[in-house]
Formats: sequence, C-alpha cells, structure tokens
Amino acid sequence: MTGAIEFEVNGNAVSVAVAPTTPLLYVLRNDLGLRGTRHGCGEGDCGACTVLLDGRPITACNTQVEAAAGHQVETIEALGETQPPHPLVDAVLAEQAGQCGYCLPGILMRAKALLAQGGAPSREQIAAALDDHLCRCGAHNRIIQAIATAASGGGA
Amino acid sequence: MIDIASSPSLDDNPNCADWFDLSYEGKVTLRTAKVEIGQGILTALVQIAADEMDIHPDRFEVLSGHTRLGPLEAQTASSLSLEVTGRAIRLAASALRHLLASEAATLLQAVPDDVAFVDGTVHVGGRETPLTSWTLAQTVDLNVPVMAHTAPKAMTERCVVGTSLPRQDLPAKAVTAAFIQDLSLDGMMHGRVLQPPSLSARITHFDGEAMESRFPNVQIVQNGSFLGVIAAREDVAIRAIAAADQCTTWDAGATVAADLVEAIGTTEAAEEVVLHKADSPNDSGAAIDPTIGATLSMQTRRTYIAHASIAPSCAVATWRDGELEVYSHTQAPHGLRDALGIVFGIDPVKHITVIHTPGAGTYGHSGQDDVALDAALLARTVPGSPVRVLWSRADDFAAAPLGAAMVVCAQATLDANGRMAAFSIVSNSQPHARRPGQDGAAGMTAAERLEPPFAAHCCDDVPLVRGGGAERNATPLYAIPNIRVAKRIVKDLPVRTSAFRGLGAPANVFTLEALMDDAAAYAGVDPIAYRLDHLEDERAKAVIERAAAMAGWPGRESDDEALGVGFAQYKNRSAYSAVIVRVRLDETIRVTHAWAAVDAGEIINPDGLHNQVEGGIIQATSLTLKEAVTFDGDRITTHGWSDYPILKFSEVPQIAVELIDQSHLPPLGAGETSVAPTVAAIGNAVCRALGARICTLPITRDAIVAAIG
Repeated sequence: MTGAIEFEVNGNAVSVAVAPTTPLLYVLRNDLGLRGTRHGCGEGDCGACTVLLDGRPITACNTQVEAAAGHQVETIEALGETQPPHPLVDAVLAEQAGQCGYCLPGILMRAKALLAQGGAPSREQIAAALDDHLCRCGAHNRIIQAIATAASGGGA
Repeated sequence: MIDIASSPSLDDNPNCADWFDLSYEGKVTLRTAKVEIGQGILTALVQIAADEMDIHPDRFEVLSGHTRLGPLEAQTASSLSLEVTGRAIRLAASALRHLLASEAATLLQAVPDDVAFVDGTVHVGGRETPLTSWTLAQTVDLNVPVMAHTAPKAMTERCVVGTSLPRQDLPAKAVTAAFIQDLSLDGMMHGRVLQPPSLSARITHFDGEAMESRFPNVQIVQNGSFLGVIAAREDVAIRAIAAADQCTTWDAGATVAADLVEAIGTTEAAEEVVLHKADSPNDSGAAIDPTIGATLSMQTRRTYIAHASIAPSCAVATWRDGELEVYSHTQAPHGLRDALGIVFGIDPVKHITVIHTPGAGTYGHSGQDDVALDAALLARTVPGSPVRVLWSRADDFAAAPLGAAMVVCAQATLDANGRMAAFSIVSNSQPHARRPGQDGAAGMTAAERLEPPFAAHCCDDVPLVRGGGAERNATPLYAIPNIRVAKRIVKDLPVRTSAFRGLGAPANVFTLEALMDDAAAYAGVDPIAYRLDHLEDERAKAVIERAAAMAGWPGRESDDEALGVGFAQYKNRSAYSAVIVRVRLDETIRVTHAWAAVDAGEIINPDGLHNQVEGGIIQATSLTLKEAVTFDGDRITTHGWSDYPILKFSEVPQIAVELIDQSHLPPLGAGETSVAPTVAAIGNAVCRALGARICTLPITRDAIVAAIG
C-alpha cells in the first residue's frame, strides 16, 4: 500500500489509498461505489467492464489504477444517471436492445467513444467497433440498430 | 372463449392472497417463484395481471423468487413460465377482480356486472366512485380459492396483453448496479473458492502455514477438499486464492476414456424406448422391408457446451443465529433452499431463505447453485457477515455443469414413393437436468468435496412426460406411420452435465431434419415440399410456408452459398418455429441471413417474443459454428473466452422474424423455440452449399476438412 492515487471520475476529483497495481475495476466498484461498470471475465476479453480513460475505451479489469492517476475516467454512471439520460441510453431502451442486459454498460461506453469520432457509422462499422464486446443473449442486431439511431441524432 | 382450466402453480398456492398483495395504496405486488433471466417474463406476467385487474402495469411490483415471501413454484425452465405461471396469474388476477367487484357491488348497492375498474378506481354505470381496488382489498378476504371465483376476460377484452410493453427491468440493467454480481451489503466480505482441477480430484496437501504468513488478514477455510478464502477487499481475495492454488496439491482424479464423446457413442448403457408407434401391432418400424424403397441413416455428434454466461456465477450468503439467507441468481430458489438444507442438516423451510437476484443470462443450469453453497460454507465461519463469492471466468468454464455431449443415430425407411414409412432414433447422452435437491441429493459440487462427502449426484434424465431430456424433440412431428424413439443415458462419466437451452432438442432436430433433407433429396422432392407433404398439423405447415416465403425459397444457388431449413415444435407441445438460413462458405463459414416464422399461440408481448426468437437464432448460430468445451482426460482445458469463442458482433446474421398471430389459442412457451430449428437449418444449408453432409457439431472449418478430406 502506498500513497493516495488521484484522478477524475465523471468530472469529480477522487483520491484512493490502494495498491497502485489494484485493477481499476475494483477501485471503481468497491472503493468508489460505481458498480454500474460490470465485472465480466476479469481478463480483458469480454468488454463488460469497458470505461473511458481520457475518452479512450479500456477494459477496467486489467488496467491498474495507477494508469488512471492524473487522468479522466468516465463510467456508465455518466451516461445513465444524468437527467435526461444520454441519447445512447434512450436509444437502447427504445430498441429494447438487450435481454439480460449485463453487457450493455460496457457497450454503451464503447459506443460513446465511437460517436465522439463524429459522422454516422455504418452497421458494419458499428459491428466492427463492438467486436471486443461479447453478448451471449443474441441482442446484437438491436444493439447495433440502437447505436445507429443514436448516431443519426434519432433516439426515443 | 373463457379459459378456466387450472394451472399446476395453483396446486401449492390456491388462494388469491398467495399471488397478490394490495396493502399499499396505488401499488400491486405480484408474487411468483419464476425469475427474470433476460427473457422478459416478469413484464409479461404483469401484462396478464394488469388486463384482468384493470390496473395500469406501472402500478405493479413483482416479488420474484423469494422463498419466504413468495409462492412455491417449479424452477424457471423449459419455456414453461407463460404456460404455467401465466395461466395461474391470469386466473388469480381474475378471481381477485371478481371478489373486489362483488364487494363494491354490495357497498354501492349495484349489480356486479355494472361495476367496472379504471386503473383501480371503481366505476358504476360509467361514473367514478370513491372506492378503489385498494380500499376494497382492506375488507375483502383474499385468502380464498382462485378457482372458486375466477372468470378470466374474453380474449377480445384484453388490451395490455398483445402489446409490446417495454421491459420493466431493462432500464436499471442497462446502466446501474442491478445484478447479483453488483450486490453490496453492509459489512460484506469477499470470498473465493478453489475449484478442483477436475470433478474427482481431491486435495492431498495444503500448506496452510505458507498462506497464513503471506496473507495474515485473510481467513482460510478448509473442510476436506473444499478450500476458500475470505478477505475484506475483493482484489485481496483474488490474490489470496491464486496463492492458495500454489499451496495446494491435488491427486490425479479419475482415469477416463481419451475421447468422452466417443465413449458416449459406444456406451453399453441400456436402451430405453420412450416412444414406439407402429401402424400395426406386429410392425416394428425397423422390420419394414427396405427393398421397397431405401433406408437412410445418420449418426451425429455434439460436443459439450458451456453456458458461458457473460458474468461468472455469484452468490452472497449470511448466517445469523443459525438462520441462512442467500442471495442467488438460481433458476430454482426453492430447490436451492432445500438442497442447502440437506448439506447443513437444518430444516430449510424454517431456517433458510433464498432471495433471487438477477444475474447475467445463463440459458440453463450454470454454476448458479454451486456458488451459493460455496458462499454459504464460507459465510458459516463468519456469522453475521455477508460473504460474496464470485467465480472466476476459468472456474465458470471448469466447475459449472455443461450442456451434455450427445451422439444421435437415426434411420429412415422410405417407401417406393419416397415417403418416409418408418423413422427410428436413438439418442445417447449424459443426463440433461441435475438440479440441486433433485432426488434428495445435494447436487452442488462443493458438497462432494466436504469431509465427510455427500454422494455425487447421479439421477435419471428428464422423462418424456416433462418434455424429455436426451429425447427432447427426437420424435418427429411429421406423419410417419412407424416411429421408434429411444435413448441411452450415460451415467458413469466424470463430467457434470445439466440443463442447457433446449436440452437434447438441438442435437435431435439437427439429426432428424438432416434426415428429412436427405430423404427429400433421395425422393427428388424439394425439402420444403417434402416436409409439407409429411405434415398434418396445420400450424406446423403454416410456419414452414411463411418462412419459405420470407426467404424467397429456394433462393439463388451458387458454388459457395445456399439456403437451409429447420423446423420443430419445441417439446412437440410448445411454440412452432421454422427457420431458414443462408450460409456462405469461403475462408470461414458464415450465416449471413436468417428468416424465422413462429407460432406461439396467444402472444403476450410481441416485441419480447421477437427478441427471444432473434436471440435464439444468434445463440444457436454461435453453438453450431463455434462452441466446444475441450478436455484433457477429465480436466476441462477451456479456461477463458479465447478458448471458447462465441459469435461476434461482426458475425451475426441479418434476421427477419414473423410471428403468426393466434390470439384465440393459449400461449405457448417460446424461450427456446428458435434454437434447435436454427441448428438444423445451418446443418442443411452447409450440406447444400458443400454438397456433403457434416454430422459433427460444431461445424467448423476443421470439421469440414475432416469430413471431405
């Protein structure tokens, strides 16, 4: 255990006193109480824990918290717990783009990064961007459609 | 049509008060043991109740899977929730409404038929009164039998059922901590358990001193070959269990056949004939003279499948004053409760409460119950403190029950006109459902590693009367004069198998629909026409015809692309599905398109049904093209997603689904309906594109190379 690690989460400055090698996922969920970010495989293979680090999608389960020191982290809470919710959230619910819903927070963060690049991505581009994310229920086509809708400025 | 047949769920919970509580003004609590596993069941049940009670769906809260506060019902499985619980809810909601209407009529000196409810407010003769469902419920005795008071609305009077009400649980699941894996209780500790390298391996040595010196603040729990750790921090628990693994020596476990699937194929287990239909008593299908036509045969094999949930299994358990409380994503809350009672030797009804909390989709009996025992065993050492156990991804592949491997042999005898005169099938398989508490066995892995150990769970397969396990959907719906269906259940392999979506149906439908295509080819008849010619059930014909029209059957043929069809009525009694896929063979095997027509009787929620059908097609595509658990002896060598690829976003087919409206007929379970027909359709499309039959699942490039050289 060393000194405090400071960074920004969803626009708020945070300071945590944990080992610098602690995976960011456990810091977000257990130390900061931001449990909307999912624990999936713990090995960076399923995308469920995806958050944005300075706007770039990363898997929080295999990113050490020290990598976030001095940087900005954005989690699903930034999209879902705002009023009104982010258009991506509206679009996912309008499409009923989920079954169990477990993969959605990670996918929504990936989609936010994709949309930040501007333009209207094609179905193929959206699918390719999501290839690091696993969905086991088979809601893929609805998720792709929801992101396309949000990208085109549509939404609920 | 008024539907007044009872429901099995009413047997144990006969009264209105078992299902509904109107104690809170403006709210209705609907109670059920059925649980949400991503299929939208709770929203559908609310729709049914809202219609019968004339109360807006938003006013409903569902208490689901709570063994102390909710009704006792069977597990959430086999696409039965709408058929069984949906009916119970409809009957109970109707009875409740009639009881309240009768009370209102008495109080207002009106005739009951003039009493109407508008979102819970009583109207008489079209005028609003001060009475509400909630004020009436304060004085009406709801502890009365549902069946004595029920008279459900006619189908034409329903207005919530049949609409695509959005899932009530999805908003929270999309963005917040809504899952068992996210549960955080006051004072909660984090536990991890060492899973054995194989089912039969036992600990021969554990260096506890080394562990204690490295992790002085971690509690180590050992009982026989059950070994776990408890820590205040989750990341510390993870590091501690990794260290414990290095401090532990296991024995070699059982010696097994080199090829488990081969062992299933060549088993000497007794053949159990589950169905034998002959056109004359002396005529056993196999005895038909093959010289009058032809005999076609087929042997297929399916490897072991992982449930492969996106979230590993998880539970939170707390012991307080000898009482055990477990939060679990089990599909069988009461079964888990009773099984925990067996392990701990306490009366489960008095001392154990299981509270369902949703997990990620598992599509059957995953490690959901095993992890609950892990958590309860650890928590017992720290009374008063909740202990959360989350399996690792590798544990979930290695220790959870698997979908059974199967070897299916089928034979068809064609008459001189090319029609199928006889069909015989034998499905070799391990058992398909071994849930905890079944047959009085604990049925959770840790119980077998305790000292003294509980006996390993080895029960029979699911009988045909419950839809069958190995023989599920082995009986063709086609009108064939002679049909013989048998199974051989292999019980002596050290691999734990239990329910995975569809049980034996995917392997059986893959086989029998392949044989239908081969028979059609032999007879020189188009595969769709051949099926229609063998069907008497109009609903079956209708879905096949609709799917063929949607797909533009037979479609354009090319060197590397073809359409294929698969059809089944799930369990020969639930929803009907016909699926046509287009497969493209190049460097990879791709399903580019899928068209499905489904008849699920009365549709409670069209979009929900649509979603289930789409999901089933995508998951089945993944199973058919990619998925296989691998072994070295009895050790599972599938550890992570890189060992067990599933279909990626860029690989999913475009899908079109049409639902055939049969709102005058009872609803039929549809959670599994599209899976087996999709597997069969892909098999048939690959055959047509390749010009050769691939009989092994998954159909990988390697399987094709092996088959055609």
